[in-house]
Amino acid sequence: MSATNDQHGHEHPRHELSHYAKRIYAIRDLLLEKGVITEKDIQCQIEYQEARSPANGAKIVARAWVDSEFKARLIAEPKAACAELGIDAAALNEFVILENTEKVRHMVVCTLCSCYPRPILGRPPDWYKSFNYRQRSVTDPRGVMREFGLVLPDDVEVRVHDSTADIRYLVLPLRPRGTEGLSEAELAKLVTRDSMIGVMDALPTLP
Amino acid sequence: MNPASGRFKQGDTVRVLNEDRPGHIRTPFYIRGKVGWVERVYGDFLNPESLAFGGDGLPKRTLYLVAFNQADVWGAGQPPKDKVLVDIYDHWLEPIA
Repeated sequence: MSATNDQHGHEHPRHELSHYAKRIYAIRDLLLEKGVITEKDIQCQIEYQEARSPANGAKIVARAWVDSEFKARLIAEPKAACAELGIDAAALNEFVILENTEKVRHMVVCTLCSCYPRPILGRPPDWYKSFNYRQRSVTDPRGVMREFGLVLPDDVEVRVHDSTADIRYLVLPLRPRGTEGLSEAELAKLVTRDSMIGVMDALPTLP
Repeated sequence: MNPASGRFKQGDTVRVLNEDRPGHIRTPFYIRGKVGWVERVYGDFLNPESLAFGGDGLPKRTLYLVAFNQADVWGAGQPPKDKVLVDIYDHWLEPIA
């Protein structure tokens, strides 16, 4: 991004800003000016946000697929199970795992805003925050799944979770058939971000 | 999970209050007035309607996972087994005899 230095030491974008962007920069400048936070705090927070990715979730899911005792612990005490794998889920207020089966598929949305299990999946994709997804995920979840390539028979129950409060949800997708020969690390490559939101199944074969 | 002090237990039939008021309300409009059942009791949590305005969030409110048949929310024509599940605080629910 093209940027310019001004008198107070950090960079502002050169192009015309939206109302909201202007407001954010103004608040940032005030917080810095009044010493509430430092430039270093901001940089650390950006790095923290960027460091978390769906790879965390994929690691959890792959372990649950190969280790049924871990899966039982994950469902009973999700945060403690994450800690076993070195994944810090402490920032989540409450964390709940939704286990998919042949007969039940779960899908997660926040119709009110963009609540998302960020420590496990990183930042949500833009479509997750769109009005389109937030509306259609509850009114026509099967239609949304179809667009992600998942066509479910009528006898499968679709359970859409509207994540409106203190609970953050992660879908535990089904282990694809015919993957008995894959290693845990290979299995993790089948676990897409979208399969942990629940709009699609895990990939059937290695990409 | 947190201890739960609320009025409802797993399996209870409940109706979501059909109220409208300003504030940081975590009950979506589409579910207000609808009838479902308590799927899971999550325990007591600070009240976001207070926290959002700098309050202390007290008294805590019990949070439930409430399940609704899609047909009861959107009308006939929905796949019969499909459900929408919403996290709803105790004070937004009323019992159904």
